[in-house]
Amino acid sequence: MLTKDQIAQRIAKEVKNGQYINLGIGIPTLVANYIPEDLDVVLQSENGLLGIGPFPTEAEVDPDLINAGKQTITLAKGSALFNSAESFAMIRGGHVHLTILGAMEVSENGDIANWKIPGKMVKGMGGAMDLVASADNIIVAMQHCSKSGESKLLPACSLPITGIRCVKKIVSDLAVLEVLPEGGFLLKERAPGVSVEEIKSKTAGKLIIEGEIPEMIFD
Amino acid sequence: MIDKTVKNAQVAVADIPSNCMLMMGGFGLSGIPENCISALLERDINGLTIVSNNAGVDDFGIGLLLKKRMVKKMISSYVGENAEFERQLLNGELEVDLIPQGTLAERVRAGGAGIPAFFTPAGVGTEVAEGKETRVFEGKTYLMENWLKADFSIVKAWKGDTAGNLIYKGTARNFNPIMATAGKICIAEVEELVPAGELDPNEIHTPGIYVQRIFQGVNYEKRIEQRTISK
Repeated sequence: MLTKDQIAQRIAKEVKNGQYINLGIGIPTLVANYIPEDLDVVLQSENGLLGIGPFPTEAEVDPDLINAGKQTITLAKGSALFNSAESFAMIRGGHVHLTILGAMEVSENGDIANWKIPGKMVKGMGGAMDLVASADNIIVAMQHCSKSGESKLLPACSLPITGIRCVKKIVSDLAVLEVLPEGGFLLKERAPGVSVEEIKSKTAGKLIIEGEIPEMIFD
Repeated sequence: MIDKTVKNAQVAVADIPSNCMLMMGGFGLSGIPENCISALLERDINGLTIVSNNAGVDDFGIGLLLKKRMVKKMISSYVGENAEFERQLLNGELEVDLIPQGTLAERVRAGGAGIPAFFTPAGVGTEVAEGKETRVFEGKTYLMENWLKADFSIVKAWKGDTAGNLIYKGTARNFNPIMATAGKICIAEVEELVPAGELDPNEIHTPGIYVQRIFQGVNYEKRIEQRTISK
């Protein structure tokens, strides 16, 4: 099973040179730590910044510079600032190449649920609905099963959904899977030490297994 | 130049009545109009509807207005940092309208720009779409959303001049420039107020036409929610 950092590390291998990328809160934020230094990419923060830099030193902390998770940040070289309407214009307009976000559930046709658990406090969707409705390339970072062991990769989401037919790829603590346009989770890679049988038993939605499934490789 | 200057926050918010609709700039606690929030707390008004991306925290920002029971309804995208908010909501003392953040921003922008409605992909197929008109453009379904306008919009900028021109700093810009356009009366508080003519016109983010009142704020706390330091 992968740790949260290993999920982030595996997702970072999907990043390509020249991409503008939006990272969600949680595991997706960790992806930034694993993007190879020889790649030129720009991280978008939905509160109005292209070019998120590293976290500041104590001396650099500026309350007027935060990311979407309200953490203090710095500006990367060549960054640009803008207002919230422009931020979502570039998201909806398809200018952001890659969106990485967390999920509570994903269905076999690519629906995602990550904003609301009925009966619990509702905190709001923030920018998640805009992101999932707009991005062509969405990778989800998630745990394969709930704490009680129930699969979160389902035939249909049980929780209120955030967006329909939008997830293209999933990196869980057990596997890398593609969501096929015609429906179904295509198993691409196994986490080290995890068997195909285990993934099968923990995937409630339609799982497609073609040939030998390789283990993930970490550098 | 038309002089928009008022003396201070107390004067700026003195005529905001109960039961009106306010917009307040800010993302989290960054770029919130701290001085006007303090001045509103001294007013004996209630029943406010507040459009703001977030609802502050328990003891700062809009959280203070909630605690004093001045707010009837919040229109926001994310409200997760506030226990008093949660208590009032669960007790039915507060209404909340949760809106996707990009839709919220665009509704405000549309309100200021005279566009009564627009179509967005955000929320299609979700509970946000319930009761709303949808339409298909180039094979994809979009949701109709209406503009948002307010009686007063209250914004915070870094620098401003007496003509109401505003410049923001860093990510404290966020919703402030669009909200400035969508209030019948826009109140701007700034860290530094200069005479008209001293700001470079090339660098103005909000042209003064949108701003009716401006003053130089005092004692900015600029509280940080998640102080994160590099290791």
